[in-house]
Amino acid sequence: MLLFLSPWIVGFVLLTLAPMLASLYWSFTKYQLPGDPKWIGTLNYRFMFTKDPFFWVSVRNTIWIIVVGLPLRVVFGVITALLLTRKRRGVNLYRTAYFLPTMAPIVAATLAFVFLLNPEHGPINALLRSVGIDDPPLWFFSPQWSKPALVLLGLWGVGDAMIIFLAGFLDVPQHLYEAADIEGAGRWPKFLHVSLPMVSPVIFFEVVTGIIFGFQYFAQAYIVAFNTGREANVGDPQNSLLFYSVYLYRQGFQNFKMGYASAMAWVLLLVSMACTVLVLRGSKRWVHYQGGGFLK
Amino acid sequence: MSAPPRTIVSTELLPARTAAEIVPRAMPPALVRRRRLHTAWSHTLMIAVAMLFVLPMVFVVLTSLMTDAQALSNDFWPKPFQFSNYSTVFHTIPVGLYTWNTVQIAVLGTIGVVVSSVPVAYALSRMRWKGRQVVFVLVLSTLMLPYQVTVVPLYVWFSKIHWIPSFKPLIVPSFLGDAFSIFLLRQFFLSVPEELTDAARVDGASHWQIMTRIMVPLSKSAIAAIALFNFLYNWNDFFAPLLFAGDDPHLWTLALGLNEFRGQYHVEFNLMMAASILFMIPVVVLFFLAQRVLIEGVTLTGSKE
Repeated sequence: MLLFLSPWIVGFVLLTLAPMLASLYWSFTKYQLPGDPKWIGTLNYRFMFTKDPFFWVSVRNTIWIIVVGLPLRVVFGVITALLLTRKRRGVNLYRTAYFLPTMAPIVAATLAFVFLLNPEHGPINALLRSVGIDDPPLWFFSPQWSKPALVLLGLWGVGDAMIIFLAGFLDVPQHLYEAADIEGAGRWPKFLHVSLPMVSPVIFFEVVTGIIFGFQYFAQAYIVAFNTGREANVGDPQNSLLFYSVYLYRQGFQNFKMGYASAMAWVLLLVSMACTVLVLRGSKRWVHYQGGGFLK
Repeated sequence: MSAPPRTIVSTELLPARTAAEIVPRAMPPALVRRRRLHTAWSHTLMIAVAMLFVLPMVFVVLTSLMTDAQALSNDFWPKPFQFSNYSTVFHTIPVGLYTWNTVQIAVLGTIGVVVSSVPVAYALSRMRWKGRQVVFVLVLSTLMLPYQVTVVPLYVWFSKIHWIPSFKPLIVPSFLGDAFSIFLLRQFFLSVPEELTDAARVDGASHWQIMTRIMVPLSKSAIAAIALFNFLYNWNDFFAPLLFAGDDPHLWTLALGLNEFRGQYHVEFNLMMAASILFMIPVVVLFFLAQRVLIEGVTLTGSKE
């Protein structure tokens, strides 16, 4: 038994437990590489919450991308999945088309959007100008439009959520619809009272992972900043893409303030745990489980 | 509309009629028209949505075939088609080197995850021991753990033993199990009938033999699914290579190297798009080849037991 488990035990101790404890300890120290950690008590946390303006900028940006991006992704995912549920000619072709962008690696997809949304040369703004919008958004070059642009990128790659929703919709037992038909339910009530409750666990899963990934949003922002400005810093334009993980990267791996980065990481852990618990609690009211929960 | 002719077995209750007499009534023309209209409308909608997904890709492909000047114009259609962009990419960045680096990391990382996760999943599903449930919950909770909490110390420690920059931090941890893969495999192993493994135990097979001779052959699809997931993850990953190999351009993966097209004065969009497409092709091909396996994997992750 131990032999079978040994890779996990070693991995858990070396790659999870020890680093967790180390970063917890370091979060109470000033640890500027290449120096050594020096105990400073709760100073990192106090500075973070009361004095560091960038911390709150990163928190606001992260909340923005979660609160705006996640519901849009869920709604768009449900709509596209619904479009693909009905058996009609060519449905496989449609499925492939809808899923195509999701196959693109994040780097490739982000670079594609850097080009598509280029204010001067990009095809999107060319289209917008041709329909009479004379000053289309500057997208990744403007602090107002950079986050909406990333939301568009997220919607383009909605396929991963979509196929999970689609599987959920296709799994709804046919007899439930037949029962609803007998009751004389129309299309909309059938969706609202049969399909939606039946896929609610899947939607719930998407919401929880969406929140957790929201706090870890990094690569897209980094690639955008790197490829839009010559002297760009991660988080640009004008810190509008300074998400929580981006700021943590800046502090930890550009400024090498390991103590501060550790403190940020622990705040992140506690907040995402709290969010997950809150969503879990709330879920009892709107998630419908057939025959018990996940762990039983 | 040509229903097969039905034969009525009990003729007592019905007036004597032959099967040939029962002819489906033709649909009233109004209904036919409505149905056609509905089909046309729903296809229009589906195509419109498909455009949203596909058009950006079309723009990318078209731009990858444009000349430098054209890529910076508002033209949609390349004139002339400059296929040489795809070979220019190879001269502009060391595509061969980046590909080789990416393949090494993706393949070795995938082997590591499979080799280490199978026995753990076996112990969590087919062996009875105290604390099994606790360990399973721990595995699940590491799945939820944000990587930021561990990455700072790992970075410090890896750099202390001079593993940065190198591939070691990207490959070695894979050999210590991956929570997601362990979870997936465990779910699959649980679905293998106990009778099979019990019979083998009665015949005196050891756990190791049961795992390698019974479970692994029976779980080929699940193992293929986790191998694919991990391969794609490693192929696409940006953060870990940036952190652990970013300082040495000789160690860059394709995901890192793709960012090198911001030219001296402007971004070379045509080359950047061509390189992105080259980067995507293996992934897309893999997706199509392994569609069935991937879908099985997705259903395994489903919240159903």
